[in-house]
Amino acid sequence: MEERRGFLNWVLGGGIAASVASFLYPVIKFVMPPDIPEAPVHEVNVGKASAFAADSGKIVKFGNKPVMLVHTSDDQWKAFSGVCTHLNCTVQFRSDQHQIWCACHNAFYDLNGKVLSGPPPRPLDQFDVRLKGDDVVIGRRA
Amino acid sequence: MYRWLNERLALDSIRELMSHKKVPVHSQSIWYYFGGITLFLFMIQVATGIMLLLYYRPTPTEAYESVQFIMTRVQFGWLIRSIHSWAANLMVLAAFIHMFSVVFLHAYRRPREMTWFSGMALLGLILAFGFSGYLLPWNEVSYFATKVGTDMAASVPAVGSYLARFIRGGEDIGGGTLTRFFGLHVAVLPGITTVLLLVHVVLVQQHGISAPPKLKRPVPEMPFFPNFALREMMAWYGTLAVLGVLAALYPWELGVKADPFASAPAGIRPEWYFLAPFYTLKLIPAHIWIFEGEVVGLAGFAILIVVWCLLPFWGVKRPRWVAGAGVAFIAYLATFSVLGYYR
Repeated sequence: MEERRGFLNWVLGGGIAASVASFLYPVIKFVMPPDIPEAPVHEVNVGKASAFAADSGKIVKFGNKPVMLVHTSDDQWKAFSGVCTHLNCTVQFRSDQHQIWCACHNAFYDLNGKVLSGPPPRPLDQFDVRLKGDDVVIGRRA
Repeated sequence: MYRWLNERLALDSIRELMSHKKVPVHSQSIWYYFGGITLFLFMIQVATGIMLLLYYRPTPTEAYESVQFIMTRVQFGWLIRSIHSWAANLMVLAAFIHMFSVVFLHAYRRPREMTWFSGMALLGLILAFGFSGYLLPWNEVSYFATKVGTDMAASVPAVGSYLARFIRGGEDIGGGTLTRFFGLHVAVLPGITTVLLLVHVVLVQQHGISAPPKLKRPVPEMPFFPNFALREMMAWYGTLAVLGVLAALYPWELGVKADPFASAPAGIRPEWYFLAPFYTLKLIPAHIWIFEGEVVGLAGFAILIVVWCLLPFWGVKRPRWVAGAGVAFIAYLATFSVLGYYR
């Protein structure tokens, strides 16, 4: 008798647990956002070189990511991920310091993307920049 | 009329129950008002939040413009939005004062442990209200505050990336995040808060109001109704006056519309109640031993929060430790908030 009751309790409890799991599974799946595949971006023409003055930096679009394009005072072109490696803020170019700065937690990077001061744990990812006629083209570094 | 209602609603039994409730009277009784003030501000938030819902649109293309519409075209829209924003800040302040008064009056001790836990959960919910509501106007400051806040979740070992994706509703802050935060702010959090608030108030009713253990027994008392209730009403009225003055004289600004491809502006900082952790994260170096500084900082915050929540288990026999920890906590919050604001 006890054995039968134990078995029934187990079946009933297991059934309830399974039904709760079957309710929760779609709920959990629903609240996790679906993957939206993006077309891979390898190169982006960001505009005419004349639009970027020497000793300046500007955030440009690389697909749906911000990229910091820097035109140095000695006419070099450099591009870095525009996202600070600390907590994801978008960086800016400081022409007074000739450095890249993140205003959120006061971090500085040099013009090779290396961390000079502040809390970022890694350097900024670098992109390739080439001039195609008067156009500035940014490409993902292999 | 009263007899008719009493027959159906048993009003006499409620009056009877209220007549038994007493409030201790001593030199620190003023701190008893802050729980009620927090509740009052929550009620104002619900009322003004419902009003804002009539015009607000939770999409990246319309959110900022709809708040602008509320502030410039809707009659008294600027005032309602300003009251909502100021009351949110005052509610956080009142909740913190209430928590510290419980700490310094040692009101967390047996049998009120569950009241303390439910209160701490409510404080967490109030901060979650602040964080989720901050994004809704879709302005520059709120956009970057949300970027930083959700990226902290990404630092959690093993599940961080899933957690950040879940909170953001996608890879980055965007329309998915806005609708998610909106749903959280106007439906999920109010629902949970209302239930937990009921539990908290019922527990306060059940155990009565705690008198500090140092006081000589019996502690003089006053009836809750009408004596304390009328005083509490005056406190609410005073709070309303402060709120009205702040909202009318310092209308809450809207700022610049968020642009995902703009740099974080100079001088960016979160709301005052997140300034202390914000400044702490600024000071922590990139690496501490083999760990990233940010992970160590967040782990430190998590441990401190857990230890603080478990106060009834370690603090009852060590009231001096608790008082010291309370003073240290307030000193940390005050110093780092001021430094976070100015540096």
